[in-house]
Amino acid sequence: MIWGVLQFPGSCDERDALHACSLLGEARLVWHEERDLGGVDAVVVPGGFSYGDYLRAGAIARFSPAMEAVAELAAAGAPVLGICNGFQVLCEAGLLPGALLLNESMRFLCRQLDLIAEGASVELSSPEGHQLDRSSAEVLSIPAKHGEGRYWAPDEVLDALEANGQVAYRYAPGQNPNGSARDIAGVRNEVGNVVGLMPHPEHAVDPLTGSTDGLRVFEAVAAAGAPA
Amino acid sequence: MPRARVLIRPKEGILDPQGKAVERALPALGFEGIGHVHVGRMVELEAEDPERLAELCEKLLANPLIEDYEIQTL
Repeated sequence: MIWGVLQFPGSCDERDALHACSLLGEARLVWHEERDLGGVDAVVVPGGFSYGDYLRAGAIARFSPAMEAVAELAAAGAPVLGICNGFQVLCEAGLLPGALLLNESMRFLCRQLDLIAEGASVELSSPEGHQLDRSSAEVLSIPAKHGEGRYWAPDEVLDALEANGQVAYRYAPGQNPNGSARDIAGVRNEVGNVVGLMPHPEHAVDPLTGSTDGLRVFEAVAAAGAPA
Repeated sequence: MPRARVLIRPKEGILDPQGKAVERALPALGFEGIGHVHVGRMVELEAEDPERLAELCEKLLANPLIEDYEIQTL
């Protein structure tokens, strides 16, 4: 699988994302002005502060030529992973539901935390499953670092996300760092090939930094989408 | 060119920690009786065709999911 990692002015995590992707396949950087993604099978929209986060985080990046191409790729069913600022970009672009707001604490946070990966199955993601079925869920140790990571969507959208198995990751109980609705750290689109999350799996792919759980996130996204 | 001002504020019901922080700081400064503080943004611009400003707000200046906007032509 060939991974393309987008690079906007103000991106800062594209190198780590490129490294993470290179552990799973071929990986290359794609400059935001490229309308042609060069035949990549999957895309990572990386973290950082695209366009200085002016106006709203991700608001301007969504209009870049490369994002038009990403939208087409996503519609074709290819895997697309948005990390942190990339998650914000995908939400602004309407490829994922909801929005990311200023942390409840109003502070930038940076810490290692536990994420619970939830499958696309309705059983696991139902409200009952959320309460009871923790034992079978996968727990990942991954760092988060952001100032605007409070996931928000209207209640009826949150209900639909849970009912459809579109909650991809939740902060482990008691570890919600930013006031996100229903402890949601990441979501997927209805089809499941577009995934976004605030924590940074690309910083957790080498034992040197304490955890390799981040690779599971890349693997899960790759498995969820049909290569373009 | 016609000038306009766009006011953007968090939607009612969405936690606005900036507004809350300002509100909480006021009594310590001797300002009593002030509530429901919300902090938003203001964009000033000139537009050849002010009719298109609403579309501009919907697509870029505001995120209609989380923000309300108000266009004032000057």
